[in-house]
Amino acid sequence: MQELIFGKLTLAALPHEWYTWGATISIALGGLGVAGILTYYKRWKWIWNEWLTSTDPKKIGIIYIIVAALMLFRGALDAGMIWAQQAFLAGTPLGLSSTHFQEIFTAHGTIMIFFVTMGFMFGLMNYILPLQIGARDVAFPFLNTLSLWLYIAGVIFINLFFVIGGSFAATGWLAYPPLSGLEYSPGVGVDYWIWSLQISGLGSLLGGINLLVTILKMRAPGMTLMKMPMFVWASLCSMVLIISAFPLLTATLVLLSLDRLIGTHFFTSNLGGNPMMYVNLIWMWGHPEVYILMLPSFGIFSEVVSTFSQKRLFGYRSTVLGLFGITLLSMLVWLHHFFTMGAGANVNAFFGIMTMIIAIPTGALVFNWIFTMFRGRIIFRSPMFWFLGFFSTFTFGGMAGVLMATPPADFQLHNSLFLVAHFHTMVIGGALFGIFAGFTYWFPKVTGFKLNERLGKSAFWCWIIGFFVSFVPLYILGFMGATRRLDQYDLSTGWQPLFIISASGFAIITCGAALQVLQIILSIKQRKQNMDTNGDPWNGRTLEWFTSSPPPFYNFAIIPKVNTRDAFWEMKQGVRDKEQGSEKKYEDIIMPKNTAMGIYLSALVFLAGFAIVWHIVWLAVLGIIGSIACVIIRALDEETEYVIPAAEVARMEAKK
Amino acid sequence: MFSFFINNIAVLNPKGLIAGEQKDLIIRVVSLMLIAVVPALVMTFLFAWKYRAGNNSKYTPNFDKNGLLQFAWLAVLCVVIIMLGTIAWKSSHALDPRKPIVSNTKPITIQVVALQWKWLFIYPEQNIATINYIQFPINTPINFEITADAPMNSFWIPQLGGQMYAMNGMKTSLHLQASEAGEYRGMSTNISGEGFAGMRFTAKASSAKDFNTWLVSVKKSSKLLSMAEYDMLAKPSKNNAQVTYASTEDNLFSNIIMKFTMPEHMH
Repeated sequence: MQELIFGKLTLAALPHEWYTWGATISIALGGLGVAGILTYYKRWKWIWNEWLTSTDPKKIGIIYIIVAALMLFRGALDAGMIWAQQAFLAGTPLGLSSTHFQEIFTAHGTIMIFFVTMGFMFGLMNYILPLQIGARDVAFPFLNTLSLWLYIAGVIFINLFFVIGGSFAATGWLAYPPLSGLEYSPGVGVDYWIWSLQISGLGSLLGGINLLVTILKMRAPGMTLMKMPMFVWASLCSMVLIISAFPLLTATLVLLSLDRLIGTHFFTSNLGGNPMMYVNLIWMWGHPEVYILMLPSFGIFSEVVSTFSQKRLFGYRSTVLGLFGITLLSMLVWLHHFFTMGAGANVNAFFGIMTMIIAIPTGALVFNWIFTMFRGRIIFRSPMFWFLGFFSTFTFGGMAGVLMATPPADFQLHNSLFLVAHFHTMVIGGALFGIFAGFTYWFPKVTGFKLNERLGKSAFWCWIIGFFVSFVPLYILGFMGATRRLDQYDLSTGWQPLFIISASGFAIITCGAALQVLQIILSIKQRKQNMDTNGDPWNGRTLEWFTSSPPPFYNFAIIPKVNTRDAFWEMKQGVRDKEQGSEKKYEDIIMPKNTAMGIYLSALVFLAGFAIVWHIVWLAVLGIIGSIACVIIRALDEETEYVIPAAEVARMEAKK
Repeated sequence: MFSFFINNIAVLNPKGLIAGEQKDLIIRVVSLMLIAVVPALVMTFLFAWKYRAGNNSKYTPNFDKNGLLQFAWLAVLCVVIIMLGTIAWKSSHALDPRKPIVSNTKPITIQVVALQWKWLFIYPEQNIATINYIQFPINTPINFEITADAPMNSFWIPQLGGQMYAMNGMKTSLHLQASEAGEYRGMSTNISGEGFAGMRFTAKASSAKDFNTWLVSVKKSSKLLSMAEYDMLAKPSKNNAQVTYASTEDNLFSNIIMKFTMPEHMH
């Protein structure tokens, strides 16, 4: 009877370790704190109506960024524990247990990729893309809130094991079988991992479809594809990759969970299954995923370099071609993640060479950024600092990447700390610095005031110095034969000094992050001095600067007409369309209504996932039927939009 | 202190044929890449400095393409990539881990089984077995045959050359040869569960004479690796000590592989 109602869930699932207790209490206190503030200021209705149920991509974008920032904090705590263990704690009474250490780095990788980088990128795209293409909204507003809430459900799911379950996957972030199979990982940890990725992955896929359609169908009149800003192109490529790769992740995880749930043998050797199949499938998704994170960052840097050099982007056409080249090639290189699995020389050499070819389109982008600066008039605001920081780390990491694309060299570097240093160089120096550049660059658009420049630059210096202090030792450690994921090592190896230097780099990075927090607080306090009054604080080039900061909820009262690339820059040069100038003819604006259906649907999907983790059949059925019912109810709703009459638009515009 | 540090960099201090060639390859590939990377870095920081606002350098806000420049840069990139690609192709074949090393000396076969969480080594020709320790003569090709009775592991001896996955139900191979006597660190590089960090072993390369002396001493060991003993050994255990077995069950290695090619209840 108990099993019928609760499945495998028992009281033993409640927290009983210091870290599960600690996390449970902090989650509870944080939740109570937020609830307290909302109650005290009587803001419950406001947050529900204005934010949680909103279909405005600008608000959705902001929520994405806030959640991603929280998850960055969580992921950084994990990183700190990893560094502390390897530098100081291993072998001491304070040291973490092997299993706990393995859970930490598994969570660290998963969270940083899925919930930090993806979250930030979706946040920036939601806010900026519609503005850049001169649209008022995304193509499917409901799908957009659904994506957000599936992402948030995934975030809650990956942290839920603290409260219920007590153990997370201890398998590494890609959970290779047979280690992730039931035989070697009998607990619920891997199930939590699977279902948090399934839920948030579904959100990513829907988000990808939504933004791709938005770019293709909702551009302002006159904005042909070859007049789109480069961030739009880069996002388009990234969304194409999401749509091609994420179904693969979903399918692979379904097979893995079938192995765990009902005893199939897709990925275990008995009865004809094969773990090598999983390794192939997961990397067929995993490698494009790397570029899903990198491409938007390339787009951001293209915008930043062009704006702050006060010059057109050099080689627009070849940049677009380069982005497409990377997109295509990124789907043809997955095997370079496991040259050491014993494939023949022909296969290894093919995938090695395909990987090297990616250096050509990437090199084209690099060249175009360099020549955008050539004969420009470069203003060194902090986004430009992030660009130069990115450039220094990226060339470094790129070289390490091409080196590892040479199969026999990879045999000596694979799974060593050299590899760890390489991909952190790419994800931190490439994706995260891009996010920081974009965050600083677009912050005045979102809030109406600029960020404090001095603190921004100090934060940058901490990050870049801390980065090199942290990761150069790891490159060297890799050459010394130090492998990744070690919770203990012999002191006779002589590795410890380098681990300590590396950990001190993390301390410097932490200072950088603290300065960023301080920067935001101080900038809010001093916002009067940094006001962006005309919506164009950087002498911008693209349409997001054409509207006020922050933009009205309908983005543009009158949809701009586009004749050239860098449409707003050209307008400012006086090539402005005549009918756009003086006389303002407002029209009725149709906007999507708010809806809470995304929240309900995600909650039901979340429950279904939870029920599957704990084998609670009735709840799983309820969750699945409930979510299907929600989709049907939403599909039958005919009144999802409302009209703002032209007169009302005129009144709101006059008030500005 | 500094030389201790440099000598500690295993991959750059190879003591074996394959590791030596892998080191040369690493150096060659890195130097080739510098042809493209150094100019890019120099240009970036040079331009960033020269064209900073306030320096009154030439300003051409609409200069946005130059076919010749772009073509020249692409040509440089393509030449570098063609050279790197050629190296990748040739070295992949020359250093294919499955390829036996050509030598006048008779090779030694060592069968490697990754267990939870230790390495079992079987010398089929000598009919002995060891845990977390191997010894072999220098300048003699060693044929490693690798499998696992555990989650996936990877078998690596940095100073002799790397590295090959150990997977259950499958046999992978790796061919190495030591050129200098010494004790080298070996490890698993792929996470395989709780005790994975403790899967360390010593690979000792010695003279042929010392190797034979060692064989004789192993033969005197009181431990025998029967199937029952193996089943005990295959159970999870952490940070295992080095052990030697004077003899092994026949066909133990292939029996371990066969375990995973049939349904579980037929073991």
